[in-house]
Amino acid sequence: MNKSNAVSDWILLVVFSAVILTMPIWLAPFGANYPDLMQKFAIYGLFAIGFNLLFGLTGYLSFGHAAFLGVGSYAAVWSMKLLTMNVLPAVFFSVLVAGVFAFLIGYISLRRSGIYFSILTLAFAQMSYNLAYSVLTPITNGETGLQLSLSDPRVLDAAVGISTGRSLPSTNLFGVKMSGLPGFYFCAVVLIIGFFISLRIFRSPFGTMLKGIKSNQTRMAYTGLNTRPYLIWAFVISGMYAGLAGALMASTDPLAGAERMQWTASGEVVLMTILGGAGTLIGPMLGASIIKYFENIFSAFNEQTLNQAFDFLPDSIQGIVVDTVSLFVGEGWHLTLGLLFMITVIFLPGGIMEGFRRIGGIFTRNKSNTPSSGAVAEQS
Amino acid sequence: MSKKPTNDWSRRDVLKASAASAAITGAPMFFSRHAYGADFLNNPGDSKTVTLGFNVPQSGPYADEGADELRAYKLAVKHLNGEGDGGMMNTLQPSALKGNGILGKKVEYVTGDTQTKSDAARASAKRMIEKDGVVMVTGGSSSGVAIAVQGLCQDAGIIFMAGLTHSNDTTGKDKKANGFRHFFNGYMSGAALGPVLEKAYGNERRTYHLTADYTWGWTQEESIVASTEAIGWETAEKVLTPVGAGDFSQYITPVLNSGADTLILNHYGKDMVNSLTQAIQFGLKDKQVEGKDFQIIVPLYSRLMAQGAGGNAQGIFGSTNWHWSLTDAGSQAFVKSFGQEYGFPPSQAAHTCYVQTLLYADACERAGSFEPCAVVAALEGHKFDGLGNGPTEYRAEDHQCFKDVLVVKGKENPSSQFDLLEVVEVTPRAQVEYPVDHPMFAGGDLGSCNNGA
Repeated sequence: MNKSNAVSDWILLVVFSAVILTMPIWLAPFGANYPDLMQKFAIYGLFAIGFNLLFGLTGYLSFGHAAFLGVGSYAAVWSMKLLTMNVLPAVFFSVLVAGVFAFLIGYISLRRSGIYFSILTLAFAQMSYNLAYSVLTPITNGETGLQLSLSDPRVLDAAVGISTGRSLPSTNLFGVKMSGLPGFYFCAVVLIIGFFISLRIFRSPFGTMLKGIKSNQTRMAYTGLNTRPYLIWAFVISGMYAGLAGALMASTDPLAGAERMQWTASGEVVLMTILGGAGTLIGPMLGASIIKYFENIFSAFNEQTLNQAFDFLPDSIQGIVVDTVSLFVGEGWHLTLGLLFMITVIFLPGGIMEGFRRIGGIFTRNKSNTPSSGAVAEQS
Repeated sequence: MSKKPTNDWSRRDVLKASAASAAITGAPMFFSRHAYGADFLNNPGDSKTVTLGFNVPQSGPYADEGADELRAYKLAVKHLNGEGDGGMMNTLQPSALKGNGILGKKVEYVTGDTQTKSDAARASAKRMIEKDGVVMVTGGSSSGVAIAVQGLCQDAGIIFMAGLTHSNDTTGKDKKANGFRHFFNGYMSGAALGPVLEKAYGNERRTYHLTADYTWGWTQEESIVASTEAIGWETAEKVLTPVGAGDFSQYITPVLNSGADTLILNHYGKDMVNSLTQAIQFGLKDKQVEGKDFQIIVPLYSRLMAQGAGGNAQGIFGSTNWHWSLTDAGSQAFVKSFGQEYGFPPSQAAHTCYVQTLLYADACERAGSFEPCAVVAALEGHKFDGLGNGPTEYRAEDHQCFKDVLVVKGKENPSSQFDLLEVVEVTPRAQVEYPVDHPMFAGGDLGSCNNGA
């Protein structure tokens, strides 16, 4: 670890923090600067960053990470129902419960690698989903989802005499409401801390060990190293990140539903990571934001909005254009996302981060006339 | 790890530059966002328009209902803005609607896809509330989603006008002060169906329930079990099935050997179409159990589902909130303007959504404000007529509409592809009414209305 690298890491962290914290300003032109979506950016960014610690560093592709997200949400909502509406205990318990849960699943699943590992995690996640959906309904409230109710005990709140009368209490951080913008800033700060930890892990000997496992696990074993504890730790840490993301979801919106654990949700985080660039620091955050942006903004365009947007065209052409474009927005947003994903994977196998690197490469070459250094990967 | 970071520098420059320029361009919008003062959330103030949020399933097992709901909402917006023939605005009694929007403001709308998932539905509703500034959210074609969104609207301080949701819980244990339901519920279906089933199939039957595994399925099953056991029927088995299962054959095979002679399908939407079709393919309808013909009952019926199930729906009993063949002035006006707009008659889902939009607009006019608490006060205990269900009342204690319920039967000889159900009986309101503290609805609390600001 040389000094200039450490300095550039700090700069990266500062820039990252600045970009995240100024989201309410620079997202305005995209129509995405409303609190719920920015919270989603931060939460799913954290989820993807955690997933990337496992997939990006060790190459172990988990198809069951949504299970930890769901477990974290349930733990958080229960903490709010039983203890207090303050989000800190909720966050603490979620991370703890998700970590324990990840250890149990990881301990079994990590006996295998490659596709067998993926299938095992997928199976565990599907089991958790079905348990949450129908078997454990007293704990999870099944399809309807776990919600707060007026009759919850909330022991700690009751002990200090906080009562909201006949209206439901809202989640808070020592009195600051966790909905709207304050909720976003809370998520953003947690995200920045999460990003910092991920950065430290990337640069640590532990991270180097994980990268060694990715490049050749057999070689690592031949040097006399037992790789399994490293993998289990990576899996647990990554599961804790997912639990933390689940806790943030419950903090900003106190409801936990079983569909959060469905395999499609697990697949989503894989898409996010690959779209942004697996194994890079910023890629997963980018991928998560893009997918959430599509899901929330593109899916909301209807014919009314399109007709307004293409109002300047002559009527006959406007009709054709609107009909064509409407295939790709509204209900068709999945189609657009699929196309984008295909294009990225085919032309930029390293995700959007590789695109940035290539653009960066062009500038550097023009400036200093040095040969392309496409091999400089996995720096940030 | 320690390679020369030349590339990173240039990218960081790009990042920094783009962040800075975006900050500069975006700053004015940020500071002007809360320019007007608001005594309640999303107060349209002096704006010339007011926005409503239509949150319906556009994908998933209830997508057909969702599409029809959206058509109805668009029609309602047209009528409120004084376009088209006015539909049921002309038949609503009493009515404060003027045909110039709501409180003189032109009605605009935003749409969202609930995906029949609580999370997606809440995200979509939050977007409407936080970004689009809606004063009211309506929709839902799944009770789980309706309850989740109703809770969100209560927290946020926005009125929620429930669309198609039939679970007892929506206005029972999960009722909220800011939420209102025009649609009927599981208890009413059971109460209306009981006597008709007794007349048609006698007092000695064994039922087998297949039930969608969520709040609606659970409460409807409970209601139907109560009313069939009251007429002497036995309940052989109750089996929960996942929503959107597609293939129900594994659940239908055991029915054949259970000794039951009546299958009750607590399914809705595409699920009901699939389970009914498969039950008939398995020959259940041609079966005889101890000398009795096997019967199938679908407690919550809709024309869209009968259409999907084709000939399989013939002779099958169920209940419905409304049917387009009704001959009162309100229903006819609605069927006429919906038919002119889209070329086919509306479903019960479309009807309830259209009605809810008009009722909301009417309540705003009467209250003279969009303020949620004023609207709640205007709707509570409101009595009206002329919207297709006869005299109707929004009960103040649980925000549930009380009105007549239709018992229908799949037509044996349909005259067109839409003429699939015949109304067997119009069950009067008195027979389906229940006290607020009825055990199936107990445990909830409306709480107090929330203005959000």
